[in-house]
Amino acid sequence: MSVVETIQHDHAEVHDPHQQHHFATAEQQQDASKIGMWLFLVTEVLLFGGLFVGYIVMQGRFPEAWKSAHHHLQRELGALNTVVLLVSSFTMVMAVQAAKLNRRKQLIGNLWVTIICAFIFLIVKYFEYSHKYHEGLLPFKAFYSYTGPQVPGEFHFFSFYFMMTGLHGFHILGGIAVMLWILKRAYAGEFTSQYYTPVDLIGLYWHLVDLIWIYLFPLLYLIS
Amino acid sequence: MADVIQQQVQTATISGHHEVDYLSDGNGIKDWLYTVDHKRIGIMYLILVLTAFLAGGLLAMAIRLELLTPARTIMDAETYNRVFTLHGAIMVFLFIIPSIPAALGNFVLPLMLGAKDVAFPRLNLASFYIYVLGACMMLGAILTGGVDTGWTFYTPYSTSTSGSVALTTMGVFVLGFSSIFTGINFIATIHKMRAPGMGWFEMPLFVWGMYSTAVIQVLATPVLGITMVLLVLERAFGIGIFDPRIGGDPVLFQHFFWFYSHPAVYIMILPGMAIISEVIPTFSHRTIFGYRGIAFSSVAIALVSFIVWGHHMFTSGQSQLINGVFSFLTFIVGIPSGIKVFNWVATMYQGRITLKAPMLFAISFLLLFTIGGLTGLFLGSLSVDIHLHDTYFVVAHFHYVMMGGTVIAFLAGLHYWWPKMFGRMYNEKLAALSCALIFVGFNVTFLTQFVLGSRGMPRRYYNYLDQFQPLHQFSTFGSWILGLGFFIMLGYLLASLRGPKNAPADPWGGTTMEWQALSPPITHNFSGTPVLTRAPYDYRNVPQGVDK
Repeated sequence: MSVVETIQHDHAEVHDPHQQHHFATAEQQQDASKIGMWLFLVTEVLLFGGLFVGYIVMQGRFPEAWKSAHHHLQRELGALNTVVLLVSSFTMVMAVQAAKLNRRKQLIGNLWVTIICAFIFLIVKYFEYSHKYHEGLLPFKAFYSYTGPQVPGEFHFFSFYFMMTGLHGFHILGGIAVMLWILKRAYAGEFTSQYYTPVDLIGLYWHLVDLIWIYLFPLLYLIS
Repeated sequence: MADVIQQQVQTATISGHHEVDYLSDGNGIKDWLYTVDHKRIGIMYLILVLTAFLAGGLLAMAIRLELLTPARTIMDAETYNRVFTLHGAIMVFLFIIPSIPAALGNFVLPLMLGAKDVAFPRLNLASFYIYVLGACMMLGAILTGGVDTGWTFYTPYSTSTSGSVALTTMGVFVLGFSSIFTGINFIATIHKMRAPGMGWFEMPLFVWGMYSTAVIQVLATPVLGITMVLLVLERAFGIGIFDPRIGGDPVLFQHFFWFYSHPAVYIMILPGMAIISEVIPTFSHRTIFGYRGIAFSSVAIALVSFIVWGHHMFTSGQSQLINGVFSFLTFIVGIPSGIKVFNWVATMYQGRITLKAPMLFAISFLLLFTIGGLTGLFLGSLSVDIHLHDTYFVVAHFHYVMMGGTVIAFLAGLHYWWPKMFGRMYNEKLAALSCALIFVGFNVTFLTQFVLGSRGMPRRYYNYLDQFQPLHQFSTFGSWILGLGFFIMLGYLLASLRGPKNAPADPWGGTTMEWQALSPPITHNFSGTPVLTRAPYDYRNVPQGVDK
């Protein structure tokens, strides 16, 4: 008696060109990719989680410094960036929906808006960073050189401000790079309502990047 | 019996016409370096982890040799610190963590599921090269002065000592990605690539073990990653998080580190348990006892592993309440581990046991792991731990779990799947000899250290009081027996590769799906898509395996 039976491969079957040979169906491939992406996002949450825990512990050690240091941040710019990212998340949803409905022009348009929003975010961040740079409000004991009135321990706050927003910024940059690549593929007409997994996945990623900022904004800018 | 062999021969002839085995499918250097075949990646991993094991093992021999006498024997104190740090870092990050999942798991997991490959073959290859990069960084750290912090990199020492702490910790960071990629790949593969007819409870238990391991790899490793980055930044520029001189909290580092590294202990032992769950039923020719108990206890261990990290820190000054909670939670881990051990023993009861090499290693595992697990409970008890903390008792305990457990299980798996991987049988008598030497050598080396530790010999010390010398010498003699056992193994395994491909598809009478593939398997694993038609570990009508 045999434990397994075998089904012979039907070579006449028409394959989706995007389907890799080791998957039995395109649906199986799509599901696997989605699981992979969700797991990647979980690792991202835990990566940032380490910084969040560090932030909370250090805030507990230097509550006064945290309160005083956060006044150096410009709330308006932080709020503006929050709005920009929320808009970009919306256009990302629209892009995924457009891909699902086979609307190539809408897909391309929405991807462009998302990418532009991402750039606006980085430009605003650049102005914030350069302002801090000129005042000497820099991260780490080695670089912090602010000499104005302050509470001891403020450099800890700026260490965390720069590490958290910096890591987040790298994720925005990475997102832009991948979105540009997906845009190129969208122009080439690679995505159809049958196959749009990459658009779906970058959408998931982009929402996470947005979500992390939703937490960063009040933690860093809105301390009372 | 006859018709099974008949059927295998038929498969061989049918596939012989158009499908070659994966080892013969292109042997240029590029065919290997650019491969996305999980079997070839598994073999490449195997070569590197065994090399790491050899390096880490030689360092261990050097440590034991140095401890032969209380004063200087072969190296000075600074070198000694670097050598034990390297031994720990190499064994943990380059050998044990990738050993079973990335080397053996990569090879057999898709075969066990009846899949053609893992879900993301290119990610799998990326994981391999990231491992190589991480290993090179650690090698670079050795060449640029080495590290003397111990593998735990505790602050504030690690933020103030000279040496290549930054390069080593970044190497660990990079290796973490390799581990995460393997984890993501395995979870997606197990969810989506099971053969038609294979539900969750028809999966071999090895797969359950790999699944639990992968969950820990995905959830815990990123925290280690960010911890290593924080440590490097703290060292280089001063964040002020771990270094008490600038307002940091060194104990926070311990929390961060053990939040990963305690679950990592289960990244190391769960795969070992997974192998034992395969080997014991196969060589007892009896259905596994308590399939669901073993499957769920793997998941339970994975979950509980995240809430016991504080038991590494009973003497760090954390509150007594927290200590009590962590101590209680630590005892809970004993339950799923105990369930497994009892189930394995119950499987053997009234089975028709054949003592082939994999089974000999599996039985050694049962004995050694039980000692390792029980002494863990000693250390989990608050009052006893105050006495035993940072002594050789701890060293002996984790070597019983990591080496007596994981490494012995790895050897069981290596001998179990060696014919599948290379299509060749090894010398069974030498394998038995090597297993005996390793078992005896291991106990001589480490049982002694329980005694040393309970008498107050602190771990990591270069010198010791004269009264400890007899026990230290006994332990060192044991390491020579161990070394001999491993060199014999190296010899007969390499020798087997020069022989003809003589392994049948199912040399042991195993019932899981990998034994339905040829030895070695063809590049696409199976000709056609296999369908599962009966539960795993059903040994009715399965022959006991082919002798010789």
